[in-house]
Order: sequence, then structure tokens, then C-alpha cells
Amino acid sequence: MLQKDYEKYYVPAQSRWPFVGACALFLMAVGAGNLVMEHSKGGIGNSKYLLAVGSAILIVMLVGWFRNQIQESMTGMHCAQLGRSYRQGMAWFIFSEVMFFVAFFGALFYARVISVPWLGGASNNQMTNEVLWPSFQAIWPLLETPDGTKTEQMGWFGLPLINTIILLVSSVTCHMAHVALEANKRGTLKAWLGLTVLLGCTFLFLQVEEYIHAYTEMGLTLQSGVYGNTFFMLTGFHGFHVTIGTLILFIMLLRIMKGHFSPENHFAFQAGSWYWHFVDVVWVMLFFFVYIL
Amino acid sequence: MTSLSTEHQGSGHDDHHDDHHEHAIPKGIKRWLYTTNHKDIGTLYLWFAFIMFLTGGAMAMVIRAELFQPGLQIVEPGFFNQMTTVHGLIMVFGAVMPAFTGLANWLVPMMIGAPDMALPRMNNWSFWILPFAFSILLASLFMEGGGPAFGWTFYAPLSTTYSNDNTALFVFSVHMMGASSIMGAINVIVTIFNMRAPGMTWMKMPLFVWTWLITAFLLIAVMPVLAGAVTMVLTDKFFGTSFFDAAGGGDPVMFQHIFWFFGHPEVYIMILPAFGIISAIVPTFSRKPLFGYASMVYATTSIALLSFIVWAHHMFTTGMPVFAEMFFMLATMLISVPTGVKIFNWVATMWRGSLSFEVPMLFALAFIVLFTIGGLSGLMLAITPLDFQYHDTYFVVAHFHYVLVTGAIFSIMAAVYYWLPKWTGKMFDITLAKWHFWCSLISVNVLFFPMHFVGLAGMPRRIPDYALQFADFNKWISLGGFAFGLSQLIFLALLIKACRKQGDPVSSQVWEGAEGLEWEIPSPAPYHTFETPPVVK
Repeated sequence: MLQKDYEKYYVPAQSRWPFVGACALFLMAVGAGNLVMEHSKGGIGNSKYLLAVGSAILIVMLVGWFRNQIQESMTGMHCAQLGRSYRQGMAWFIFSEVMFFVAFFGALFYARVISVPWLGGASNNQMTNEVLWPSFQAIWPLLETPDGTKTEQMGWFGLPLINTIILLVSSVTCHMAHVALEANKRGTLKAWLGLTVLLGCTFLFLQVEEYIHAYTEMGLTLQSGVYGNTFFMLTGFHGFHVTIGTLILFIMLLRIMKGHFSPENHFAFQAGSWYWHFVDVVWVMLFFFVYIL
Repeated sequence: MTSLSTEHQGSGHDDHHDDHHEHAIPKGIKRWLYTTNHKDIGTLYLWFAFIMFLTGGAMAMVIRAELFQPGLQIVEPGFFNQMTTVHGLIMVFGAVMPAFTGLANWLVPMMIGAPDMALPRMNNWSFWILPFAFSILLASLFMEGGGPAFGWTFYAPLSTTYSNDNTALFVFSVHMMGASSIMGAINVIVTIFNMRAPGMTWMKMPLFVWTWLITAFLLIAVMPVLAGAVTMVLTDKFFGTSFFDAAGGGDPVMFQHIFWFFGHPEVYIMILPAFGIISAIVPTFSRKPLFGYASMVYATTSIALLSFIVWAHHMFTTGMPVFAEMFFMLATMLISVPTGVKIFNWVATMWRGSLSFEVPMLFALAFIVLFTIGGLSGLMLAITPLDFQYHDTYFVVAHFHYVLVTGAIFSIMAAVYYWLPKWTGKMFDITLAKWHFWCSLISVNVLFFPMHFVGLAGMPRRIPDYALQFADFNKWISLGGFAFGLSQLIFLALLIKACRKQGDPVSSQVWEGAEGLEWEIPSPAPYHTFETPPVVK
């Protein structure tokens, strides 16, 4: 490793943004906590403003922090070693996101393989079935819960399949954008990246359509037992991540319009593209385990 | 093991040519709010952890005062439950984990020859989230309905069906703690991967760095699972999901699986850095290199990997299939092999060494003996049929306090005494330190050892009252508890004196047998160290 890399490692001076960010998270947590409590008492009060103020401060913080970062990067303060720190940091962050989804996939597998069959009397649980809900049938997807809530199954053909194709194609277009960036073909880059953002928005639009269909026509809701829980929590958190990913890529597009990034120096773009591939992989898992199986 | 080449030694702290660095140490409150300096942030973490330690300790005093006699005297049972819950949460997430992160901040860059942590601004963010998170948790104690009262493990349905609405605040404060831990861990892991000085190869790294590397991996792997668990509690309680409700096809036991999939690696998160600390202190005061360095690395790695497949040993009495009980019993017992390797290596390091018994060494020796007691009671708990007797009794309380108080916390105290002269440049008050050690050592055993007996005799944990036959032991346990609590005030006095820079100046090596990069820079350590990396031979 070059000695030169080490000599230039950039240790930033004091910054107010991390503390501002901590304050923002504090307001958001207090706001969200109180909002949930008010919701459970039957009304929504003033805490929504607290949540909104916290979120606004968080956005200001992100803009300020990233602006500093971009200025440092464009004035050449960064070095190769710092670039590696950023890349490794992003990779570990994505790993932590994977583990968040693992918790919910774990809940799905547990419900399918253990809790639902056991309620139906599998393993050594005959008495569980006979004493609690003797008429309960353990069938996945769980369309009738032990306490009698009924729902319908969301099929994989149609919207979910179209959405799968959209996300898979968007992963390819995102990669093509990266290739174009590294070849310094700015026009092609803008086209591929713009297409990726568009595909992301289409995915989200169709996802909302699917949710409306589920709630209004199928009676499949967050409350319809463990099938509805895992369906909406997994697809919901995934949709939230797609929203974040689309926003990141959209901001990258704006920065590219302004002439940012070079074939050698484009960490932010790369991080956004990794994130996009990550939400894509999660969707493939979702499509397989939530919709098809 | 490592040494600086002389031509680089001076440049580590004298060259300040880089004009975008802030050279003068910033003054006033802004220094601490806006800092990006790993030493400042380490100090913040350590003081925060100590304040939380005293806060959680005060709650333990309430618990022990209530349990001084049988019957209900001082607090309502509901408040007693809040005390046990918040005591646990504070000690785990507010005291032990931030203390280790503080030590990592101070020491990892100095040990590997790095100018700072890899991501200094995020470092500050991950610290400042913590005081806010804990103020939310503590504030809920004073709200209508009170704070969380379902145990630090927040089992469903206690935390869903039977909890009050303030649970929402608990959930979001745990989310903040998790975000802080994940960012802190990413910073440590990237620092170790990317910031090592030339020549600092993997197998030259001090064991504290190794153990923290693996701890950081565990943190990134399991804190998100905790976030998933609290999210499911939130939606089950407030939004009508039934993850943990059999009526909707879920299962309360599923909560325990998800929680302990986080919880067991979490246990090792709280002990692996301790192993690193003891592996630094024992060789110094034995004046011998650590015995079995490579085996320590492998043992640490295997403990971390095994920690992912043992979680259900916390759940032997939930009615799992016998095959699962056997699997988790055997996997758990396997962990005693690498742990035994470590104990053996520390003892072998001392074998025929020229030992001296300075305060850090006293704490390290107490750690080795008392942590082993906690490890052996853990082995007893791992045996499924025996656990049916011990489960949810004071035997469990005795076990995890031996590993966490005389294990993790004694190691943190050992670390503070060991590196404090390096941080302040002055030797701490040795008389006070020895008082602190001996008072803590005696009282902690009076406090926790009899818990084994009352636990084996069947006294349940987390209950404010108990049967008359446990009265004598509980009186002694409480007296030991009060004495242990008071002993920590000696530590507080010592730390205040040390921060006021009272005491005799120390050399850069501080301890006669100390080796490693951090002992080759001046005492006190300059504000910026290794801006140009040293070359490690």
C-alpha cells in the first residue's frame, strides 16, 4: 500500500451536523412514540408536528452534511484510503439492512414451519389443537386464522410478476449507468439512470395499486393474521427501502446533471447503486417466499 | 510484538502541516458537541457509561432495599418491575456497551497506528444519539402509567397485551440505541480493516483490536434483529398484527426465538472486548508475552460463530421438541471449549512470569477467577434437565451477574486503571484505587454468591417478595449490594481527581512491562496521534 495514501487521510474538523442529527432523531422518536400512543387512544394530536419538525431537521442535517462531504470530495481533500472507508462502511451498512430483513423472513419461516402447523396439532401438539381451536386447519397461506379472521391469497401472477420484472430490469439499467459513468459517456449515463429512477417509481406506483386492491377487494390487511402481517411487513419495509433507493438515485441524477462524478471518483453513485441491487435481491427473495411458495 | 521505527516516531504527533486540520483543541461546550476527535468521543462514551452505571446502580439499590426483608415494604410491585426492567436495559445498553465503545474509540486508533477512527463525523453522531435515547427511556418512568415493566427481555405478551401505552416510547428509544450501536460498530470494523499502519498485519494486532473486530461484526449482525423484534412488538401492540399471538397464527414463543437470536450474540458483545482487555493486562504485569496469541484469535472467532446457534438455551422450558433441546444444549456446552482455551492461556501467561500486582492486574486477576465461576454456572445452566430446576430463579441472576459485573464491568475497571495514566498523563490515586478494588471485590461476592444458594433452593427472580426461608441470605445479599454501590463512589472520587490531572506524571510507557503502539506515544496522549502512520516492524 502506498505510503502517500496514509499521509493524506482526511480527518474532518468539527462539525455540527452529527449533533443536529441526534436532536432530529430525538424529536422524531418522541413524536412517533406519542403519535402511536395518541392513535391507540383514538385520536391524533399535536405530536405529529413534533415528528414533522424532527424529520425536517433530519433532512436539513442530511443536506448540510452531504454538502460538506461533496465540497471536500470535489476540492480533492479525499484520498483513496478514505474512499475505501466509505465503501466498506456502505457495505457493512447494507449487511445490517440484510439482517433487519432476516428478522422478518425469520418470522415468516417460523409461522409457516412451526407455529401454524403446531396450532393444527403437528409434532406433539395434538392437545394444543384440541383444547384451543379444534376446528383450526393448518394450511399455508393462512387464509383463516384460529380465531376466525378470513382473508384471500395474493397470487404471484399479474402485478407481482410485473413488479419483479421491473425491478430486475432496473438492476440491469442501474448497472448500465455505472458502466457508462466509468466509460465517461455522460449522455448514456443520464439516460440509463433516468430510466432506473422511472422504473423505481413505476414499481412503487404498482405496489400502491396492489395494496389498494388487497385492502378494498381481497380483505387482505395488516390485521388479517400472520399471513397478512408477514405479507405487509415484508413488502412494506421493502417498499420503504425502494423509496429511499429511488430518492438516492434521483439525487445522483441531479448531481450528474450538475456535472458531478468522474470515472475514477464516484463513491456516492456507487453506494446508491449497491443499495439498489440490495433492494432488488430482497425483492427476489420476497417474490419467491411470500408470493410463489 | 510491535515497535515503531524511530524516523516515524516523532512525526506521529509533531507535524501539523495539513492546513485543513483544526490544530488548537477547541474550547467550551462546542468541543464536546461537535467533536470529531476519537479521544474526545471516547471520553464522552466513558463518562456517559459511568453516569448510566450509577443510574442503573441506584435502581439496583431500590431492588435490594425492597428485598432486604420478606414482604412488601418500600415500593409497589409495579414499580419494582419497572426497576428490574430499566436496571437491566440501562446496564446492558447504557453502561457496558458504551463503555466498551468508549475504550475502542480511545484505544483502537492508537493501537493500530491510525490518525483517528475511519468515519469521525459518524462517530460523533453515534455517541450523541445515546443520551437522547436514554432520556426518552428514563422519562417514561415519570409518565402516567410508568416505564417499561416487562423485564429487559420484553417477552410477549408482557410487552404487547399486558403493557401500557408508554411501550411505544420504549420501542423508539431501543431503535435509537440500535442505530447508535450499528454506526459505532461500522466505524470500528472499517477502522480496523482500513486504517492499520503499514506492517500492522492481522496477526500482529493487539487482542483488544481483534476482539473488538469480532464484536463489531456481531453488533452489525444482530442489532438489526433487535430492531425487528421491537418493531413487531410495536405493531402487535398498536396496529393489530399477530406475530406473537396464537389466535392469529403467530406464537409468543416466536418472540423469544427472535429476541434471543439477538440476545445471545449480545451476551458475547458484552464479554469479547473484556477478553481483549485481560489479554493486554496479564502479559504486562507478568512481564511475558501472551501465551497462545493465535489460539486466542481462533477461540474468539469460534465463540462468536457459536453464539449464533445457541440462542434457544434461554428457552429450555418453553416446550421445544426434545431434539431442539439436545441440539442447543450440546452447542452451548461446546462454547466452554474456546472459553477454556482463553482461561488456560491467561494462567499459562502468568506461569513463571515475574508478577506484580498493580491495580489493573488486581482487577484482571479478579476477573479471571470470578468470570470462571460465572462460566461454570453457565455450564450448569446449559444442561437442559438441570435448567428445568434453575430456570427463572436467582441462580440465573447469580450467573449473569458473575459474568457481567465481575466479568465485563471488572474488565472495564481494569482497562480504565490500565490506560488512565496514558490518557491523563498522571498516575491515579493508588490508595483510593486499592480501596476501590478490595471493597468491590469483597462486597460483590457477598452480593452475588449467596444468590446461587437461594436460586438452587427455588427463589424466583423478578418478584418483590419471597418465602421466609430465604430471608437470611437476602439480608446479606442486600448488605453486599449496598456496600458494592458505595464502593463505586470511591471510583467516582478517583476519576474526578484523575480528570483534574492530579497525581504524579508518568512516562510514555507507564507500566514497566507494557508493549504496543499506544505506549510509545507521550503521556498524556496528544490530541492528534499518528497523523503520519508509524511503520510497524
